[in-house]
Amino acid sequence: MKCRELADFLMDYVSGELPQESRAHFEFHLSKCKNCHAYLVQYEVTIKAGKIACDEMSDEMGAIPDELVKAVLAARQKT
Amino acid sequence: MASATPVDDEASLVAQLRAGDEAAFEQVVRSYGGRLLAVARRIVGSEEDARDVVQDAFLNAFRSLDRFEGNAKLSTWLHRIVVNAALMRLRTRKRKPEQSIETLLPGFQEDGHHEERFKSWDEPVDKLMERAENRDLVRKQIDALPEGYRTVLVLRDIEGLDTEETANVLGLSVNATKIRLHRARQALRTLLAPHFRSAAS
Repeated sequence: MKCRELADFLMDYVSGELPQESRAHFEFHLSKCKNCHAYLVQYEVTIKAGKIACDEMSDEMGAIPDELVKAVLAARQKT
Repeated sequence: MASATPVDDEASLVAQLRAGDEAAFEQVVRSYGGRLLAVARRIVGSEEDARDVVQDAFLNAFRSLDRFEGNAKLSTWLHRIVVNAALMRLRTRKRKPEQSIETLLPGFQEDGHHEERFKSWDEPVDKLMERAENRDLVRKQIDALPEGYRTVLVLRDIEGLDTEETANVLGLSVNATKIRLHRARQALRTLLAPHFRSAAS
């Protein structure tokens, strides 16, 4: 398996969907190739970072513009 | 913009909403509106559409207050309504012209090796994301992904839809959805790399 193929199989590997045989090739390559290993780690960090950054409970996402508040309240009174 | 006021007592707020208390409606919109707008913006892409989505969602929520169950969290309930409203918007609107993602994907040499040597990111993800500036950076880079890829990544990795649901909403095949998700993650990695790689390596 080449680095190029490993990159193609990354998503299936991470989600545990890579068939047994490809998985063995994948892991063999990974054990020999530091560069692909670094890439895999970063791919996984990227997925988790997105989840954490966009957590719905986060209050960092800015306030709602006043005109939108007014528009929502006005529209509610009309219904 | 007014800053969001935290809600201490959801139960009494819900009671006030059901009683038709005008101040309670305003409190809900101000407290939750900012983050709901961010959620909508990430899914639909444009500020204008996101505002419409949030307005529709609040009106819908206020009309169906009797369906809100007391043991659920108001924020979670509103979140779900906004996501549904945003998905509806995606389904009905015209597809935008495709933006290319090629430049954000890894390059390979003829022999199949990566062109780039990846410098390691030496902090674990939890540590990285403890810092507000990094959380902000990640949100900004997600927003910067090409439209058709950002949407797939947001629906799959952030909103937790499965591949089939995502494919349905976006009018894509399951296979195309998988390819897009993989490319979107790779592109996001490329965008984060200059900020996350360790200075030491």
